[in-house]
Amino acid sequence: MSALRRATIWVPAAAALAALMAWEAVVRLRGIPPYILPAPSLVVRTLWSNLDSLLVSWLYTIKITFGALLLALAGGVMLAAVFALSRALELALYPFAIALQVTPIVAIAPLILIYVDSTTASLLICAFIVAFFPILSNTLVGLRSADPNLQDLLTLYGATRWQRLRWLLAPSALPYLIAGLKISGGLALIGAVVAEFAAGAAGRETGLASRILEASFRTEIPKMYAALTLVALTGMAIHLASNALGRLLLGHWHPSERR
Amino acid sequence: MSAAIELDQVDKRFANGVAAVQALSIAIAAGQFVSLLGPSGCGKSTVLRLVAGLEQPSAGRVRIGGEAAQARSAAMSYVFQEPTLMPWARVLDNVALPMRIQGAARAAAREKAHQALAAVGLADRAGAYPAELSGGMKMRASLARALVTRPAVLLLDEPFAALDEITRHRLNDELLALWGTQVPTAVFVTHSVFEAVYLSQRVLVMGGRPGRLVADLPIALAYPRTPALRLQPQFTQHCRTVIGALQRAEAGAAGPR
Repeated sequence: MSALRRATIWVPAAAALAALMAWEAVVRLRGIPPYILPAPSLVVRTLWSNLDSLLVSWLYTIKITFGALLLALAGGVMLAAVFALSRALELALYPFAIALQVTPIVAIAPLILIYVDSTTASLLICAFIVAFFPILSNTLVGLRSADPNLQDLLTLYGATRWQRLRWLLAPSALPYLIAGLKISGGLALIGAVVAEFAAGAAGRETGLASRILEASFRTEIPKMYAALTLVALTGMAIHLASNALGRLLLGHWHPSERR
Repeated sequence: MSAAIELDQVDKRFANGVAAVQALSIAIAAGQFVSLLGPSGCGKSTVLRLVAGLEQPSAGRVRIGGEAAQARSAAMSYVFQEPTLMPWARVLDNVALPMRIQGAARAAAREKAHQALAAVGLADRAGAYPAELSGGMKMRASLARALVTRPAVLLLDEPFAALDEITRHRLNDELLALWGTQVPTAVFVTHSVFEAVYLSQRVLVMGGRPGRLVADLPIALAYPRTPALRLQPQFTQHCRTVIGALQRAEAGAAGPR
């Protein structure tokens, strides 16, 4: 591992540690009460003592997030392929995609909760709506960015549509798709949490947003921080995972991932 | 010999109204090496694209081996100014691509690609990605891809224009050697008088806008041609003739039309 690669691990780790230590020190030295701002050590203890309920909620949020992300990936890529093949369909359907994209999810989540019986399905739909647009628009740009000379070459050799898609369009679009995925991964998590806030759901099948809401009703500030910590860690894990996926798929050829 | 490539009174106007070539008639015999020479914008590349079937003529006829040109002719290959390799695929798979498109199994296509790479001296770089190759090596890979199908017609659109002069001279020699073994009908578009004369049996000088054929000059120099030829008086004499034709073309183009 090169010095530069090592630095990409220890620099952010050291910065995070320093921030946590400063936070802890400020809380202790100024005697800030835990119902205003809990120290990181208290957040960790609260996380530990509520581990069972938080883990169940965490798994539920993860389920919604990745379910929505997979749907967004499938839907975004398929729609982009359809648009790339048919300009007419793109003109007809793209306004709908944009309308969905710009409508605040908190505004439509209550409607979806009314129309759809299952809360889990509603949350999946909300998170999907938030996550799918970056994948659609990026993949569409990618499919249109294939080298025109390579396009001509395939025409010259009489490539079929399927061969063109497989050997030229799909690989050309992949870097764009990965860039979209990096955005959508975080958005799917935000969508999953925000939609649950809007749902205000209670009961067994609930995610981290419900734990945060509950804790805020009871002014259990350390527990809010504990749940928020899990959301933040999940977001970072998604970010790292999509970076790793990008390196795995593009590292051998694309300038964005070459080092 | 029958005409392998025949353009008969071809006009090409693009959708935006620009006329690229006008009343162009060219006949090229099978196995001939012909250069298309002329200033930028005279329609040389358009001629190549018409022959390849990538463009359709607005008027007139383009025939390849007696049949109307259409893209899908398995017997044709095209080399672009840029190497135009797929950056995500290894050199071997880039060269194998035309065989794969035409339905060859992966193993058979790779076998042919290995042979083509060996012919251009790139056998040891088969597993590399294009980004790991120098400009000259990428162009060799591009040539290998063009030759892997053993085309009857080889179209080259300023393939060496972006290379340094030393590399360009070497690739000129390699191209001639490859042409000598497979003897496709070769049409080579270039800006360089010296490259055109060194390579070809015939130099077609184009000029004007829209482009017309202004001179059809045979190059009576024997093959194999070697670098020493560039210093021979008969080489210089041919270059002088071609330069004269180019100058007349430009003087004609500058006048009222």
